[in-house]
Amino acid sequence: MIEAAPTQAIVIRGGRVIDPGCLDATADVVLLDGKIAAVGPRVTAPPGAREIDARGKVVAPGFVDLHVHLREPGQEYKEDIATGGRAAAAGGFTTICCMPNTSPVNDCRAVTDLIMGRAREASPVRVRPVGAISVGLRGESLAEIGEMQEAGIVAVSDDGRPVMNAELMRRALEWARTFRLPVVQHCEDLHLAAGGVMNESPVATRAGLRGQPPAAESVMVARDLELCEWTGARYHVAHVSTASSVRLLREAKRRGLPVTCEVTPHHLTLTDEACAAYDTSAKCAPPLRSARDRDALREALADGTIDCIATDHAPHGLQDKEVEFDFASFGILGLETALGLGLALVDEGVLDLPTLLTRLTVGAARCFGLPAGTLAVGAAADVVVFDPAARWRVDPARFHSRSRNTPFAGWDVRGRVACTIVGGHVVHEGGEHGWGSER
Amino acid sequence: MSGFRHRHVLGLEGWSRDDVLQVLDRAERFHALNEGVVKKSPSLRGRTVINMFLEPSTRTRTSFELAAKRLGADAINFTPSQSSTVKGETLLDTARNLQAMHPDVIVLRHSASGAAASIARHVEAAIINAGDGTHEHPSQGLLDCATIRRHKRPGARDLAGLTVAICGDLAHSRVARSDVHGLGILGAKVRCAAPRTMIPVGFEALGCEVFDRVEPAVEGADVVIMLRIQKERAQGPSLYPNNREYSRYFGLGPRLLELLADDAIVMHPGPVNRGLELDPRIADGPRSVILDQVTWGVAVRMALLELLAGDGSVAAP
Repeated sequence: MIEAAPTQAIVIRGGRVIDPGCLDATADVVLLDGKIAAVGPRVTAPPGAREIDARGKVVAPGFVDLHVHLREPGQEYKEDIATGGRAAAAGGFTTICCMPNTSPVNDCRAVTDLIMGRAREASPVRVRPVGAISVGLRGESLAEIGEMQEAGIVAVSDDGRPVMNAELMRRALEWARTFRLPVVQHCEDLHLAAGGVMNESPVATRAGLRGQPPAAESVMVARDLELCEWTGARYHVAHVSTASSVRLLREAKRRGLPVTCEVTPHHLTLTDEACAAYDTSAKCAPPLRSARDRDALREALADGTIDCIATDHAPHGLQDKEVEFDFASFGILGLETALGLGLALVDEGVLDLPTLLTRLTVGAARCFGLPAGTLAVGAAADVVVFDPAARWRVDPARFHSRSRNTPFAGWDVRGRVACTIVGGHVVHEGGEHGWGSER
Repeated sequence: MSGFRHRHVLGLEGWSRDDVLQVLDRAERFHALNEGVVKKSPSLRGRTVINMFLEPSTRTRTSFELAAKRLGADAINFTPSQSSTVKGETLLDTARNLQAMHPDVIVLRHSASGAAASIARHVEAAIINAGDGTHEHPSQGLLDCATIRRHKRPGARDLAGLTVAICGDLAHSRVARSDVHGLGILGAKVRCAAPRTMIPVGFEALGCEVFDRVEPAVEGADVVIMLRIQKERAQGPSLYPNNREYSRYFGLGPRLLELLADDAIVMHPGPVNRGLELDPRIADGPRSVILDQVTWGVAVRMALLELLAGDGSVAAP
């Protein structure tokens, strides 16, 4: 779908063009044959080009999300590649990396091929699968990582489950390094987490909910950094959530280890107080932490210790969430609220707009070595145009995602995607009346 | 007879060019002898060789036994099922008891690295290491050198100018270590390739280039030595996903064969896991010299035994 049809030339006129690290100026952008053809003031439009008026809007590389759950194959009642892809396009994302905890697990070429094939048919945005580290995510033996790479995976992870066996993790790092792939870890020592359903904190104590300590994450980060250093393999920490993890990662980066990491919008925005009233939409893994942890994440995002924002878009059905807090599934939708929550961080002075866009684009792409997140001439024409001033209220009923599980329902945010372009094709246009009117 | 300066053959590390050439030159003569009808050269008549194989072996034990017998020595085989080691006797006690029977040579295969070196300190007999754990297998290294010299440098003394690729389970391979030493001593350029899970730390310090892909190692190589995947030595999680993925990226198949030099030869220390590290079509194909290696094994071991126990040897009376 992305590459198939020939594209009409597009000229995006008069926007504030922010190509992170390269350009921040009022300019025009020309897209031709699926590629960025020119960026500059008052460019000449190719004949027959479609003009997009971007005055007052921001033009940036399409966002890159290293961490989404598309639930296909196996749990299509929560999401599938088509609905997840549309949610991504609506949120300004043009490349999304889907985690392998599907059913069956993406632990072999046949499943990778299926996902790639479905994505070509049904997704408006680029889908780059993450393959499993271990067969069936069981943490026992390595999956066919090399062959999955041939089929299109861009990283490996047992996301949703940590690799508890340190030797298997070592072998995974070595095998993945052999194929030049990064290893993504969901850091959670299951013995320490001990079935905790939220952060171990005074909030958990008051609510009487079983907590898991921040150390459940950071001990595994520490262990893995030792293995990263010993093996020399590229290592990426998914959804960092604690101040201790940030401190360890900052120190590891200072020492030059090949390590990268991501943080979710919800960990940057909320604290464990959101769980106080047993709101299952705030139940996620890792759990929402303390204000101190959240502040450390914000600081690390601003200073670059954290490379990127990844949403951990985790759709769940009502039957998964409208249950007792103890029994609710972990996870929060992310794709359609990431920009709004990011701009809220800008408004709070956490970081400036160009830095935010870096963390949503090239900062993410670099972690997995993806050729995305840039407006360089010759790069793929993956572009987002958004109106930073447009305010809207989060209404899950209007989400493109098949699921509704967000703790941000009713929040007022700014920043509406006007137009998302993938490979020179316009795949999403914001409606006059706000959020994704064409459902 | 010029003196051979080693009393034991424990490993090729530290050997000189002259040491290796003495073995190879003598092996050439025995190789010719073994091609004849009467394969006997009884220079070790009256000597005793004990083959002490505490790990399973067919090829190497038979090879040493034949070598001893063709030299006229009395050869005794000693295997775990019939030995006192199953009764809990230590290796050293067993060796001391054997020593009391005055053998001239003890050939030892053992699962523990350093086993041959440890008994060599306590017995009078010459010790030949026939494979100790994941350390060395010097007679295999020498027979590989002899096979390569015959095929790639007939008439020459050493292996200068040749490029040899060694691919596979470097972590568990004693053959790889002896090959790297022996080939390096003779001036060959050695490239090793394995997945990262099978590259031991510091392997390049043995004297070779190390790659984590087969392609750059075998490209233009004159010789490719494929190593056996040694499942019997593995502990913990597997070092590779499964046979299928291993053979796809690290096995030698027709695709990789095209990268080799036109007249390259393919070797394997055996036993071959057919279809895992080596495609059966190549194992049985025209480039394969795997059975020549076995033939050279007898000649090389005859040379070693004669150098250690024959007249003029360090150990001779």
